[in-house]
Amino acid sequence: MSHTSVLWEETVQPAASWSHVLKRGTLLRITDIEGGANAGALFYNFECPVERYNMPDTLKAQHIARLTSGLVLYSDMGRILCSVVEDTVGWHDPLGGCSNAAMVRAQYGEGAYQQLRNDYYRNGHDSFLVELGKWGLGPRDLAPNVNFFSRVDVGADGAMTWHEGNSPAGSYVELRAEMNVLTVLHTCPHPLDPSPEYRPKPVSLSIRHAPPVAADDPCRLSRPENGRGFTLTERYFL
Amino acid sequence: MTAGAYSFVIPAGEPWIHEIQNGQHFRIVDLHGNQAVDTLFYNAHDYADRYSAQDTIRRQRNIYLTTGTQLMSTGGNVLLTIVADTCGRHDTLGGACANESNMVRYAIEKRFMHACRSSFLKAVTEWDHGMSKRDITCNINFFMNVPVTSDGKLTFEDGISEPGKYVEMRAEMDVLALISNCPQLNNPCNAYNPTPVQVTIW
Repeated sequence: MSHTSVLWEETVQPAASWSHVLKRGTLLRITDIEGGANAGALFYNFECPVERYNMPDTLKAQHIARLTSGLVLYSDMGRILCSVVEDTVGWHDPLGGCSNAAMVRAQYGEGAYQQLRNDYYRNGHDSFLVELGKWGLGPRDLAPNVNFFSRVDVGADGAMTWHEGNSPAGSYVELRAEMNVLTVLHTCPHPLDPSPEYRPKPVSLSIRHAPPVAADDPCRLSRPENGRGFTLTERYFL
Repeated sequence: MTAGAYSFVIPAGEPWIHEIQNGQHFRIVDLHGNQAVDTLFYNAHDYADRYSAQDTIRRQRNIYLTTGTQLMSTGGNVLLTIVADTCGRHDTLGGACANESNMVRYAIEKRFMHACRSSFLKAVTEWDHGMSKRDITCNINFFMNVPVTSDGKLTFEDGISEPGKYVEMRAEMDVLALISNCPQLNNPCNAYNPTPVQVTIW
């Protein structure tokens, strides 16, 4: 996967947000530079954003409650928005969601721009809304999000527990866009990170062209459901 | 329950949409057992502020919904609280069936089969008030059992509901309730036999 040249690289600063239309057939590598990053993410079909990442469809098609390589992110329309083609972490959280202003204030105290300038305490919910607003989208377009580099364990009784130290420095996950995917990211802390100190981390992004999806692509073959998902995605472009 | 309560039996495979006022109680009875009741809630005064599965499970730090669960909105509001539950566990990770997800999960030829998200779309289109597919978000599956394992797998276990089991909520604000009484015929969760459920508001 790593033999095509890099189109560009950039850093998403701590607690910042980012959005871009990943073109079908490109790779987005997200790297946790320092370790302990959280990258909240939402995905939309750019041509028709009412088609968007669907957490339940992604989980139940693949019988999973975590994301790693060989798995795919489904839209609500039976198509694959992105495949997870590489992953050094092994577990990315699809359950925990994002923080909001009240939660951040309760956990970390006041952190206003006037005092802290660009170190002010941003939250996932507002970051998503600001970034979505740039594309004409809004609160009706919020959906359950992915948290790359974070892990939440679920016990037999259903209890959700934060997993500390899930992502060492230099960890990366690489997504291959299977459609033209409006990708929205933020780097605010995970809402279940118990740290009393507001300590968001940066991630770096690297975008490249992907080789064509082979007939024996691991994401296509990982489950019969995903084989059908690729077929339906390919039909969309015919 | 009191005399004069609103009560309605939702046939298998049908949608239902209704307002519930702040302070009213809302009960869903699984008349025949293990019926999936796919349910969404909205702030009745701002449909953009709607049920959020992730905010709900994170707030209580547990993926199962039962007595005491506060059903949270995307705007951080408590929509309803579950005040009684004779089933014991309800799912909010499994979502609703759709023509398209059935094609992925079962077979491409299954597209024609009636599905929850078609019921949701029909109901919000008829309700009007500007609602559309943008408003169909990830729902609750009352009476469904969808455990997560310690190694991060999602499993679909046999139902734990029985005929007559019910879940009861108290509205904490004026809400709009939207139900698809699930028509799924491909899944053993309901013994391949969708059945009616009763809703009561008082």
